[in-house]
Amino acid sequence: MIEKIGALWPEIILFAAACIVMVVGLSPTAAVRRLCAPLAGAALIVAGIVAWFTTPAAHGPLPMLPLFGKTLVAGVGVLLALLLAGTPDREYESAIARGATGYDPIRANRAEFWAFFLFSLTGAMLCAGADDLIWLFLALELTSLPTYIMVAVSTGRNRSMEAAVKYFFLGALGAAVFLYGFTLLYGGTGTTRLFAPAGEPSIASILAAQAAGPGINAVAMTGLVLSFLGVCFKIAAVPMHFYTPDVYQGASSAVAGFLAFVPKAAGFFTILILAGAAGWWGSSPVDAGGSLPQPLHQIVLIVAILTMSVGNALAVVQSSAKRMLAYSSIAHSGYMLVGVVAGPGPANAPYTSNGVAAVLFYLLSYGVMNLGAFAVLASLERRRADGSADEADDVNDLKGLCATRPLLGWTLVLSVVGLLGLPPLLGFWAKLPLFTSAISSNEIGLVIVLGLNSAVAAYYYLRLASVALLESPELTNDTVRSSPFPARAVAGLASAVGIVLLAAWPLNQWAMQGGRYQRVEPLKAAEGTPPARVDAGAPAAR
Amino acid sequence: MLLALILIPLLTAAVVPLAPKRSVGQVALLGTLVALALAAYLTLGRDWSGPDAGRDLAVSAPWMPELGLVFKLGTDGLSMSLVALTALLGPICVACSFTAVTQRVRTYYGWLLVLQAAMTGVFLARDMILFYVFFEFTLVPMFVLISLYGSTNRKAAAVKFFLYTFTGSVIALAGIVYAAWFNANRVDAADPVAKALVAASPDLVLGRWTFDLASLQAAASRFMSAETQWWVFLALLCGFAVKVPLVPVHTWLPLAHTEAPTAGSVVLAGVLLKLGTYGLLKIAIGLCPAGAMAWAPTIGLLCLLGIVGAGLICWVQTDVKKLVAYSSVAHLGFCVLGLFAFNDAGVQGSVLYMINHGLSTGALFLCIGMIYERYHTRSMREIGGLAARMPIWATFMVFFTMASVGLPGLNGFVSEFLCLLGAFQAGDVWRSHPLTVGGTGGNLGPYVAAIAGTGMIIAAMYLLYMLGHVVFGPLREPHHDEHHSASGGAHDAEPRLPADLTAREIGVLAPLAVLCLVLGVYPKPLMRMVDPGVKEVIAAVEGARTQRPATRPVAEGDAGAAPALATQEAAR
Repeated sequence: MIEKIGALWPEIILFAAACIVMVVGLSPTAAVRRLCAPLAGAALIVAGIVAWFTTPAAHGPLPMLPLFGKTLVAGVGVLLALLLAGTPDREYESAIARGATGYDPIRANRAEFWAFFLFSLTGAMLCAGADDLIWLFLALELTSLPTYIMVAVSTGRNRSMEAAVKYFFLGALGAAVFLYGFTLLYGGTGTTRLFAPAGEPSIASILAAQAAGPGINAVAMTGLVLSFLGVCFKIAAVPMHFYTPDVYQGASSAVAGFLAFVPKAAGFFTILILAGAAGWWGSSPVDAGGSLPQPLHQIVLIVAILTMSVGNALAVVQSSAKRMLAYSSIAHSGYMLVGVVAGPGPANAPYTSNGVAAVLFYLLSYGVMNLGAFAVLASLERRRADGSADEADDVNDLKGLCATRPLLGWTLVLSVVGLLGLPPLLGFWAKLPLFTSAISSNEIGLVIVLGLNSAVAAYYYLRLASVALLESPELTNDTVRSSPFPARAVAGLASAVGIVLLAAWPLNQWAMQGGRYQRVEPLKAAEGTPPARVDAGAPAAR
Repeated sequence: MLLALILIPLLTAAVVPLAPKRSVGQVALLGTLVALALAAYLTLGRDWSGPDAGRDLAVSAPWMPELGLVFKLGTDGLSMSLVALTALLGPICVACSFTAVTQRVRTYYGWLLVLQAAMTGVFLARDMILFYVFFEFTLVPMFVLISLYGSTNRKAAAVKFFLYTFTGSVIALAGIVYAAWFNANRVDAADPVAKALVAASPDLVLGRWTFDLASLQAAASRFMSAETQWWVFLALLCGFAVKVPLVPVHTWLPLAHTEAPTAGSVVLAGVLLKLGTYGLLKIAIGLCPAGAMAWAPTIGLLCLLGIVGAGLICWVQTDVKKLVAYSSVAHLGFCVLGLFAFNDAGVQGSVLYMINHGLSTGALFLCIGMIYERYHTRSMREIGGLAARMPIWATFMVFFTMASVGLPGLNGFVSEFLCLLGAFQAGDVWRSHPLTVGGTGGNLGPYVAAIAGTGMIIAAMYLLYMLGHVVFGPLREPHHDEHHSASGGAHDAEPRLPADLTAREIGVLAPLAVLCLVLGVYPKPLMRMVDPGVKEVIAAVEGARTQRPATRPVAEGDAGAAPALATQEAAR
């Protein structure tokens, strides 16, 4: 237990910071309350550094995933903290920022928002390091529960409430599905431990033994499939994607940017952990570097194809930039699932054949690029006739942005062209490993679907880019102006720099480390028989 | 040196936004002229006819080792001739836009220069991914040029152009990646054939992840089975055929050409289309010669459809620019037909065609652009008999039209004749027949050449028809008085152009005219220059023809996976 806590320092730091933020947020003076956001950012930086230096290699099939995941979440988290500046209570805060009104501690929000922000990131970090089903479930819920509240308070409008309620109910449905899956997984293997040192029973080693012998237990397999489908909610993959556009549109742009990355990252960590436990064994254990066990492989494959196709097809017809980005975020989940299907390849596979590394690098790139796009949206507001400000949302709000606000405009152009995957920007270098790894695992049809989907995506990304770059600003369009939170523009700029520079700066080395895969040794047959372990194994694991 | 060819336009593009508005054009012109001088020095200053000419110019630097990428530039006579064409059209495109583009000039010249850099990069890249990066990146500047500076329907044209080419090339990327995967996992470096290859040229990387062009070509052409080559070639064809364009996927071209600004059309016709033929020639055929042979009859058929079909479409056009645009489809049909003859005459003619088409069609677009600047129309119904009004312009127009028709003595004839000759010889009829000499065997043959030959007649029909309407006959000018031209709004600031060409415009057209004449009378130096590249292509195809790529070595490591894969491949 103690050594487990030793690996959790980053999470402990974030958790403590969240508690401190809550207390600080009760202060009656505005200046002290405003410290919440810088505190959260500082905590994230510290947690990121601590994660980099203290996270030991785990004993699972993906030993470096915790290190990669925690550092990634902390790194992107810092940018998200910048992006979320001024949320919640945007109008009140911006009125204060403009000097239109004084500060009233009763009317102002307390620091729940920032505390929940940190809790959610803690959850995502815990997901990356999970080695037990219960832990994984709690971590996933810790990621999600704060986001419901973040959506609800993100703007003062009713549609945020509506979005939060929708998000909550569907989230609860998703949680129910994967919890049921976890239960069946426990029933099929007799333990909640996902990974354990060699020789001890764990889900991974028992499933490996089953795969080597009679094949994976039907109960366990059902559990795996249901868990995957439940987690599809977190990554907004197709059967569970319906909430995405409504929730993104209902939430403020900044919170939508948060939703597009943090739950998705947590979801992909979970999927990779579950897939690692199932093992990329292929049809037989002899098949080195093979695919996920059937029918899981087939299901992930179908979900991947559906997710990218549906996401892209529906994004094409949107006129709201936020909805468009929401559908595009669905499509990007589909791309990443291609890497999950491809699997990590044979032992010591090069970066080009390692689908897990490709997913991780894509997650990083996607986080950076998507953040840029949402930061631009969050930095603009549209003045209504009655004088109240609303966030820019319609594609036409972005007309001529490069001419009127060059920094924001070019950030948007770089982000969407990056998301499009056009070389030489970051998106291309993220998509290339997906191509190579999928071809390495002989999924050529999937690669073609991925390619065609990129082409469909080009249509709507081009629309966004050309509205900003090519259209002339409407002369009467003085109703769109910058929001008074320079931190958001800074977040956008940081991501624009990342889109250009990360392509040249080989972070893929890091992703390669993060995606390192080692086979799980099958548990000896006698121990692997599920009924024998149900009674004895389960309490011991707890 | 080679890097400088890419960097000079790129750096000029970086400087252009900082220049004062009046001198933006001059700065851009200066940059392109420097690039042209360098390209001319490289092209004319050395003997390109040896097999290793230009090897000393190669640049190679590590880039992304995890992905097996190397930043590798190289050249040979073939690539260099196309680079020279690109560099030549650079200053011409800049100079022809001085009066045509008056708004957002910085953006315009900036993107034009970026486009030049990207196109040069395509011809110089010797790493597949680097090639792909440049190839794709040409889309962005062209997209901006069309959608900002084009005519009425420009947005639709730009989007259609982007989507067509992007879709095709993404599939080509899958083909490239497959070839790289094949080299890494299905080629054993310890195999005697592989060892012999590496011994012959030590730069080759076999049996490891790489995107090096020469290595992948060596690996794929030697070890890949004919069926697999067929598929990989198909993938690459998807990318390159759109760019050429071959018939079923040509529909973006007339729209893009017609809507693009003059310089955009010149670049499109002059160089961008050549990226497709160059890709087929340098990448696709070298990578999968067996696949290319298998595809040759189909591609020949598509070329015929293009030559005859697009020619007939040209005949019914009333928009002069659209007519020339469709004529590109027909012309490129000849070019690809010659290429897939796989013999000396055909491939040689095809390469010459790339250059010549760039010169003559580029010049035709310039001429039409000059008319458009004066009359703001391109419709044959509204203009006619302009020889009376603009004798100098009419001289150039007739000259370039004749070059395009293929009048002996001008450049178009040489390449068209060689392409047809190549296609004619490339039939198995000739190989077996004792009375014939010069037959090379292949998948085309006399019938194909005969049908393509009618294309020459059709070309003469529609081009002369256009000349008769626009240049000769009774003078017809659109009714435009001061009021009308002022109503354009944007045209207010435009300097009034004299009736006939200005010295600048003559300066833009004259070099092209001289080159058309020189290459028509004495194409020998150019033929010598591209010869090694041509020989390389023919050798690759001959190699595939004579030797069966039967041995498919299997790496020791994945003994388990390989049989399963082999059976899958066989099943295909």
